[in-house]
Formats: sequence, C-alpha cells, structure tokens
Amino acid sequence: MITPFRDSFVQLSAQTGAWAVSALEGAGSLSLLLTQTLGGCMTRLPRWDAVLRELQKIGVQSWFIVSISSLFIGMVLALQSAYQMQRLAAEIYIASLVALSVVREIGPVITALIVAGRVGSAIAAELGTMKVTEQIDALQTLATEPVRYLVVPRFVAMLIALPLLTIWADCIGIFGGFLVGSFKLGILPSLYWKMTTLPLVFKDVFSGLLKSVIFAMIICIVSCFEGFRTMGGAEGVGRATTTAVVTSFLMIIAADCLFTAIFYFIWR
Amino acid sequence: MIDIRGLVKGFNGPPVLDHLGLTIKTGETMVVIGRSGGGKSVLLKHIVGLMRPDEGAIVIDNVDVSRLSGRSLNRLRSRIGMLFQGAALFDSMTVQENVGFFLREHTTMASEAIKQRVGECLQLVGLQDVEELSPAELSGGMRKRVGLARALAHGPELILYDEPTTGLDPIMADVINDLINALRDRLKVTSVVVTHDMRSAYKVADRIAMLYNGKILEVGTPEAIRGSGNPIVQQFIKGEARGPIQEALPDRRVFSRWSGHTGLEWHR
Repeated sequence: MITPFRDSFVQLSAQTGAWAVSALEGAGSLSLLLTQTLGGCMTRLPRWDAVLRELQKIGVQSWFIVSISSLFIGMVLALQSAYQMQRLAAEIYIASLVALSVVREIGPVITALIVAGRVGSAIAAELGTMKVTEQIDALQTLATEPVRYLVVPRFVAMLIALPLLTIWADCIGIFGGFLVGSFKLGILPSLYWKMTTLPLVFKDVFSGLLKSVIFAMIICIVSCFEGFRTMGGAEGVGRATTTAVVTSFLMIIAADCLFTAIFYFIWR
Repeated sequence: MIDIRGLVKGFNGPPVLDHLGLTIKTGETMVVIGRSGGGKSVLLKHIVGLMRPDEGAIVIDNVDVSRLSGRSLNRLRSRIGMLFQGAALFDSMTVQENVGFFLREHTTMASEAIKQRVGECLQLVGLQDVEELSPAELSGGMRKRVGLARALAHGPELILYDEPTTGLDPIMADVINDLINALRDRLKVTSVVVTHDMRSAYKVADRIAMLYNGKILEVGTPEAIRGSGNPIVQQFIKGEARGPIQEALPDRRVFSRWSGHTGLEWHR
C-alpha cells in the first residue's frame, strides 16, 4: 500500500530537485552574462554607431505604443479612482493618486512590460537566429567576443532608452488622468495640476527611475541569454522568444515587488 | 603544425570523439571524411576553440588551444579562417561588410584600403559587383564563396572548411575545389577540409583521414585510401549500403514489408 505513495513522493522530489537545479543554473548563467556585460561596458567604450542603432529600435520605435498605452492607463486610473473618491467627496485627490501611482509604479512597470514584449522578443529572436545559423560561431572565429559585440551595445541603449521612455510614459499617464479629471469629472485644470505636483517628491521620481534601470538590465540580459542558448532551428527560436518574454515579465514583476518593499520599509 | 592528442568529446551520451589523434603538417591539405553526424564538424570546432574537449589537447604550433581563452584565444583565431557549412554570413550586413568584418574590427586599415581588399578577396573567389547585396539576395554557391572570401580577408595561415561543397551543384562544387587548391598553391595555407563528398576529397587532399566511431580509422594519401584494405574505409569511399557500416540503415523487416524487397544484401 505504501509503495505507490513512496514512488510518487520520490518522483515528485526528483522533479522538484531537477527544477531547482535548472533554476539555479539559469540564475548562475544570467549572473555570469550580467557580469561579463558590465565588464564589457567598463573595460572599453561601446561602439556608439551600434548603440545609436539600438536606441532607434528600443526607444524611437517603442515611443508610440508606450504613449498610447500610458495615456489610456492614466485615464483608466482616474476613472477607477473616481468611483471611490466620489463616495468620500474627495475627487480632488484623484490627481495626486494618479500622479503617485503612475510615477512610482504604473509608468515604469507598463513601459518595461511593453519594451520586454516588443524589444526583448526581437533581441531573443535575432540572437537565436544568429545562434542556430552559426553566425555567433562565425563571430567568434573572427576573433570577436559575442558579449562585447552583441550584448554591450544593446545593454547601453536599453539603459538609456528605458528610463527616458519611463519619464515620457509618466508625463503621458498624468496627462491621461488630467483629461478625465478636468473634462469628465469637472476638476479645475489649475487645481488638478496643483494636486498632481503637490505630493510628488524626489523619492517618488527616483524610485520609479531606479526601477526602470533595473528593468532595463533584466530585459536585455534575459533576452540576450535566451538568444544565446537557442537550439534546434525555427522551433528553438520561437521557444527562446517566448521564454525571453515570459521570464522578463515574471522577473520585472518580482523586481518591482522587491524594490517597492525596499522603498517602503527602508526609505519611508 | 596541428597535433590533436587523445581528443574526447561527448554530449550527454556516448562520446562523439573518442581518444582521437591526428597530426596535420604545415602547408598540407588534410581532408577528414566520415559519416554525417560522425563528429567531423565537432572536430573543426575544437581546432578553432569553439568547443572545449572533455579530455585531450589540440596543439597548434606548440600552443594548446583548449587551454586558451580571451585575448590569447582571439590572437590565435586571427591566424585562422573558417568556412561554415551554411556560410554563416551575418544577415544584417552587406557582402562588403561581411568580408571586411575582421579588418574593420581588428585592424587600423583605412576604409578605402578595406574596400580594395574586400574587392580582391571577392575576385579571388570569382565574384564581382556583389559588394552591396545582402546575404539573402545570394544563391547557395555565392554565399559559400562570400563565406570563403570572409575567411580569407585577414590572410589566415590555417583555413578550416566545413562541408565546402555540400548543397552545391557539381560545377560549383568543382569551382570550390579549384579554389581550395589555388589557395594552397598560391597562399601556402594549411587547410583542414571536412566532407563526405569523395570526389571533392580526392581532388583537394594531400592526405585523407577517415573518422569512424569517434576515432581516426586510417590516414593516408588519396591513393593509399583508395587502395585501403579496410572494409569500412572501402564501403565509405565507394558509397555502398552493403558492408560493415550498419548504423542508420533501414530496418530489414519494415523495408521488406514496404517494398517487397528483402534488403538482405545490406547486412553481413
């Protein structure tokens, strides 16, 4: 009677152990790639032509979708808060609520998720294709380090583009809230702006931007890592792309939770 | 001189290379023949340091490649050119940028001088007016020749060819064979050619080495290999289904059911 349970337990333990080993291996490899990339950034100046090309892909080409998404999210946030605030006759605080939520939380996270979906997947697919068609091997035979040549320019561009996109998303999100607050809820525009800027302090802006820097590192390193370890042709490239996006999403949300907690408990 | 000593490499299973030993003299063209999936490309990747052996050493001019890393490995690689099976041209670059990659990245040559050198290399492989084309616009034969031009551009002392004639029509395959011979005669380079195309092997080889079950079964001049008394070598060079090499042949019973033919002559 005991044997089937024991077998199931042993099997479950083995699976859990294998999963844990694989997760630890992945974390170790990601850390190694991050270290190599940071080393590459510090020991030699990146190729600025490549950085500009990546800035165009990451920043300029994501600008429109980030703008539209932030505008709608700012509007939705204002409308959702209006439900509760109207009950308390505190509509005026909608402006502060939207501003704080967007700058500290929604702006950095939504921008990072959009960039992870749009740019992270493209990076994983491009590097994955290079891997399965032996282009990365060819790069190495031509005495060129793949991390320095392929990852460093993307990393630098991501570190520049994502905080800038986040600042832009914050502004547009607040503007979305302003549209709803002023034109739908009847809050005076001048009062709305005053209540937007009043509660915002340096810590709010800083914490949002610090998060966006961390998110930029996550997106770039995860996507490049998944690209580099692609195997098995077109199917492998598809799998790498999906894994890069899913892993980036999970890590962005986990890092957001961690940094929000750090800012809440340590820097109050 | 390249001295491969006791090379062992496995991928989560029985070793693909099993205590393989081979010596390649300076200036000679060594052709390694063997079945598909037999470890020929793995051998080439060890010579250029793309893979690390589980055991053994690859010594090039008294330097063990398997112990090199970073700059010292790249210094060695700058003396080596490699033609990949699928050419492995960089998709995002033009032919001009592909062929001039090493010179642009690792030398201080002026862009005009690089252009001139690229033009010469392309002429050497019989190509003209393709500098501005992208790899996607080239035929299979042209891609191989551009890959060869890229491998030659920095004047390597050793060229590694991975299946240089696979997938080419017989005329284009012969053009590539002539190119390999011309490079040996004119530039005095050492060449290692991996192929299962016996016509090509006889045409370019100074010596032929037969790789079987992870070991070098026999090494000799093309005439010696033609006259070999080893039944495995004879079966391979004649391309016969019947003989001592039995792996990956159809199951006799299934074949018989489908075709009405016994398939007995394949088996000893």
